[in-house]
Amino acid sequence: MPSIKQIARNEAASSRFVSGHSLCRGCGIPVVVRTVLNSIEAPVVVINATGCLEVATTRYPHTTWQVPWLHIAFENAAAAASGVETAYKALVKRGRLPDEPIVFVVFGGDGGTYDIGLQALSGALERGHRFLYVCYDNEAYMNTGIQRSSATPFAANTTTSPAGKQSFGKLQKRKDLTAIVVAHHIPYAAQASISHWQDLSDKVVAATRLASPSFINVLSTCPLGWGLEPNQTVRFARLATETRYWPLYEVIEGHYRITEQPLDPSLPIRAWLEDQVRFKHLFQHEDAEVLARIQREVDRDWNNLKRRSEADAQWFARHSERLAKEWTGSAARPAPAMTSRTNTNP
Amino acid sequence: MPLKAPKIAPSARMRLLTGAEAAAHAMRQINPDVVSVYPITPQTPIIQTFAKFVADGETDTEIINVESEHSAMSAAVGAAQAGARTMTATASQGLALMIEIVYIAASMRLPIVMAVGNRALSGPINIHCDHADSMLARDSGMVQILTENAQEAYDLMVMAPRLAEHPEVMLPVLVSQDGFTITHSAEPVSLLPDEEVRRFVGDYRIPYPLLAGEVVTQGPFAMPDYYFEIKAQQVRAMRAAAQVFDELSEAYQACSGRRYQAVEGYRLDDADRALILMGSSAGTAKEVVDELRAKGEKVGLAQVRLFRPFPAAALREMLTGVGAVAVLDRALSFGGTAPLFAEVAAGLFGQTVSLSSQVYGLGGRELFPEQIAAVFHDLESTEGLEQPRFIGLRG
Repeated sequence: MPSIKQIARNEAASSRFVSGHSLCRGCGIPVVVRTVLNSIEAPVVVINATGCLEVATTRYPHTTWQVPWLHIAFENAAAAASGVETAYKALVKRGRLPDEPIVFVVFGGDGGTYDIGLQALSGALERGHRFLYVCYDNEAYMNTGIQRSSATPFAANTTTSPAGKQSFGKLQKRKDLTAIVVAHHIPYAAQASISHWQDLSDKVVAATRLASPSFINVLSTCPLGWGLEPNQTVRFARLATETRYWPLYEVIEGHYRITEQPLDPSLPIRAWLEDQVRFKHLFQHEDAEVLARIQREVDRDWNNLKRRSEADAQWFARHSERLAKEWTGSAARPAPAMTSRTNTNP
Repeated sequence: MPLKAPKIAPSARMRLLTGAEAAAHAMRQINPDVVSVYPITPQTPIIQTFAKFVADGETDTEIINVESEHSAMSAAVGAAQAGARTMTATASQGLALMIEIVYIAASMRLPIVMAVGNRALSGPINIHCDHADSMLARDSGMVQILTENAQEAYDLMVMAPRLAEHPEVMLPVLVSQDGFTITHSAEPVSLLPDEEVRRFVGDYRIPYPLLAGEVVTQGPFAMPDYYFEIKAQQVRAMRAAAQVFDELSEAYQACSGRRYQAVEGYRLDDADRALILMGSSAGTAKEVVDELRAKGEKVGLAQVRLFRPFPAAALREMLTGVGAVAVLDRALSFGGTAPLFAEVAAGLFGQTVSLSSQVYGLGGRELFPEQIAAVFHDLESTEGLEQPRFIGLRG
């Protein structure tokens, strides 16, 4: 597993994503991009959906990217990656490219992944193209000014699900995209967060060892959209995991494993909600019913995940050796740790 | 009026093929690196035939069977930008779904070749031919070729990669054939030897491919300070495509004996009346011209093959001295002028010629020789010509 020193060394030796971009102060996205790209030793090619990341890093004639990078449109990053990966296969087959590993990494936001890009993602996962799809999930259309997406949590105030005299914000629960991805029977899918860099880095290593599609859904704080000071980015990402709203787990060959246990399993969701402007309306008049419903759903989802993870513990025990041996993906790197991980970044 | 067999010189390589099969043979011989496709009538026989060639090992192209035309075009852009010669095929609603990405492919200057079986657009849903789908791509920045028969569908597919990939062009190229009329009708088609096609097409090379190991940023965000210049480069590329098409036609003639012009004049010398049209109906119209010529009528026609870039100068020259021209469109523009008519009117601006706009064949309605003859007779008098007409419309 790359340590923080190795990640820092990779960043210093050849930064793949340099400074000078125009992402907001406190934006979680560069944390996602740097952690992902610095955890991959092999050459990478990045495919990017339209969104904050693309707009803020490639204003012509400038670029933040020090790797081959492609953007086409909003809803088609996974289809574009399918084309790039197939071209790689064709060119290697015909001797026009050396048979050396390239890791294809796709970055898309929640709008470009949960919503408009879902069909392209589903198609590419089913076809089995070899790429790592990383969704930086900041829970709304932030690039266009905080509109609700299907990743926006229940009761959040956005410009298209505003709280008002007759409304407490978004009326629907967020979509469980990771579960949808798992339903494509791909061998590796995970949820991660910018607050747990080691966990994210380990998942990137595990995901990119495979000659198949893999998917990591990374919670990424948006200070602007969530209503936070820029210095609160990591803290609120961490609170999402600690309150069990955004559990960190991985799904290997359909088997679930929680990779970070919350330090205090009784920490209420309120601890995450309370200081975010997008949930402020729930506390102005203490909307007990809505708050209770949010807590109930967090508890239910967490308990489901916990039960699944416990049921799969034996499978992991039986298969850890095989997985470590079999995972000889294209990128030469150490075997993934199959033992349970400890919280290395408290 | 009886129709005669197509005038194609017999050759040892003559095969009985539908237009769709002919296009698939061209693809097999070109042997692209990647083909990304999604089925849609009447294009499907193109990709089915091609998939069988791959299954039989006659070509080792990588096919991506995507989940929509939007993804077909997106994957094509990804593959072409990666450095692979890439083709796709579609029709009607499929092209409509692709259109967003067609514009992007053109602006990224990616030489993707697209085979289209022209079909009417919904609604109502219809599977038969008109040119409304091609017209959707009119302003996309794609080079557009409309063919008359299976032979042309084959020949122009073979020419398309070199046109698309020419360093001064670098644009996607659409080669269409009329749905069912051409895609599903078998005709004798003369194929070039495989090695001749490979030699003609040559190697695929684009500047700054994604997989060359170099740092490139492809598809960036351009604001008012650069967007306009990038569009102007596309304008220049499209202009260059006209010249390159003529050069390629000559080169293609050298190896096939068949010469294709951007706009082909048929018996226009000394003609006083002429038709302008595109696609399979040009074949029918040529028969009608012959019949009327045999009766001493001074009629001719101009068949437009290259709709983008539009060969306005050649058309103007060709029609010098013609008194009345009817433009037959197989597409509409509601509340405006039909697309081919608009091009011709702009191209002939300032000329002393009477122009008539006539729309025919929407949703696959047949155009009969008698109706074409009637259009020529309409042109004998300029009275009422300024009113657009619909051929074969009831009520």
